[in-house]
Amino acid sequence: MNLPKNLKYTRTHEWVKVKDDIAAVGISDYAQEALGDIVYVEPPETGEEVKKGDEVATIESVKAASSSYAPISGRVVEVNKDLDETPELINQKPYEAFIFKIKMSDPSEIEELMDAGAYEKYLEQEKESH
Amino acid sequence: MFPYLPHTESEIAEMLTAVGASKVADLFADIPPELYFDKPLNIPEGISEYEVFKKLSDIAGQNRVDRVSFLGCGSYDHIVPSVVKHIISRSEFYTSYTPYQAEISQGILQSIFEFQTMICELTSLEAANASLYDGHTAASEAAALALNSVRSSDTILYSETIHPFTKQVLKTYFSGLDISLIEIAEKDWTTSYDDLKSKLAPNVAAVIAQSPNFLGFIEDYEGFADLIHENKSLFVISSNPLALGVLKSQGEWGADVAIGDTQPCGLPSYFGGPSVGYLAAAGRLLRKMPGRIVGQSLDTEGKRAFLLTLQAREQHIKRERAASNICSNQALAALATTVYLAVIGKKGLEEAGRQNVLKAHYLFERLTGELPVERLHDRPFFNEFPLRLKKDPLSVLKRMEVEGFLAGVALGRFYPEKFGDVISVAVTEKRTREESDRYVEALKRLLQ
Repeated sequence: MNLPKNLKYTRTHEWVKVKDDIAAVGISDYAQEALGDIVYVEPPETGEEVKKGDEVATIESVKAASSSYAPISGRVVEVNKDLDETPELINQKPYEAFIFKIKMSDPSEIEELMDAGAYEKYLEQEKESH
Repeated sequence: MFPYLPHTESEIAEMLTAVGASKVADLFADIPPELYFDKPLNIPEGISEYEVFKKLSDIAGQNRVDRVSFLGCGSYDHIVPSVVKHIISRSEFYTSYTPYQAEISQGILQSIFEFQTMICELTSLEAANASLYDGHTAASEAAALALNSVRSSDTILYSETIHPFTKQVLKTYFSGLDISLIEIAEKDWTTSYDDLKSKLAPNVAAVIAQSPNFLGFIEDYEGFADLIHENKSLFVISSNPLALGVLKSQGEWGADVAIGDTQPCGLPSYFGGPSVGYLAAAGRLLRKMPGRIVGQSLDTEGKRAFLLTLQAREQHIKRERAASNICSNQALAALATTVYLAVIGKKGLEEAGRQNVLKAHYLFERLTGELPVERLHDRPFFNEFPLRLKKDPLSVLKRMEVEGFLAGVALGRFYPEKFGDVISVAVTEKRTREESDRYVEALKRLLQ
């Protein structure tokens, strides 16, 4: 399982990459593998104000449709246009294919996210409980 | 006759043991005793197969099929070429349901693909689905599509001139949800541009209009699409597909979604159904479309093959987030439309449309010129028109039946105050000049 150390993770399997006050958000390697071949991503709208935990994007694979949640509050400043035509980028390079970027309104929320080690433990617990 | 095919006593005992119940009644233990109906059902004793056949034949024999129909208001008496019946009666089509084990049924999938292609060509829009139950459901599904596509929207505007049944189905569909349905007033029996303008607001998902409208009048949507799109709402137009042979299509008006009922194309009126709803949309809305969609692809040998595509939209995958719970289509009835359109072709559709216009206008001119009846307006119409009788329409229609005519639909049923003495008369390509002349003479005698 590929879990880059420089990223933060959520219980709903998003990863977050912070640069200055901008947080890029995608889904983890574990999530893309669980979903299978991704065929469509419906991103939020640029300019939209989101609160931590809001359902903001939908990811459809050949076997499921699942939601992606805002890991952090703020305003959506960019969505990944490449995913319109090539949503499979998420399967191929989960940590490069961000889905949207948020200009954070409260950067302290970052502290509430898991680091790679904590997320790995969380995944193990998840697997055991299933 | 057996009332049904029963399980054997031993099968019942085995099933009861498996679920741990001692008798069948135990399975209903959760129902409070006061709700039980404990008398024998008031239904007759069983009779033999022959007796059933005789009884039903006698009832069927009471049907009158000799009256000449001028009924419209959504269901019309058009010519259906006999090849339609022959093709849809083939058991491969006749006995199959909408494809669930889809890709094994290439023939059905191809027929649906052809249906979608024809609907796209008729409506000038990019993507069509495999059909919906009827035109009214199609309108409601279009509204749901819009509510799911336009962010922060919770309101649907519909024109007063759409079919009253469509309004009823819209109300049923959205009852219990926080969705507002607001009517746009008519002006001169067409959708009022000014009223539309005054009711457009940021929370409006879609504007639904119909042309030819419920009264048969052709609406002019010049400027509507721009106005609606400036508001970031979707424009939905319902049209009789047969009229699209001679009228501007929904796509040409700038509509985002085209809907309607294909009954006029290949389906008899039956007893009011089944018919077929169609829905086509701009390509960017493809992911939000309801129902099944058949796509064309290549199989492992590189040969053309058909498949059910974009299923991630549908409720068996998207579950509670699905925008629609339609998981079926009107496969056989849609096939009738497909065969109909294929048989009559481009020129045939144009010709059918032209004949509808000419024949309806012939009767309209004679009636309004020679009889003490009134036209509602000089607006252009397709194949049906309202006529003010200035008399109780129900008794007139009853007497016309005796003369051999289903002479029209009394609109008072839908709008008692506005149209208490108005009937709607439809004239299709199937009506002959002689039938229309006899209609005029019969009505003339009755109104004198």
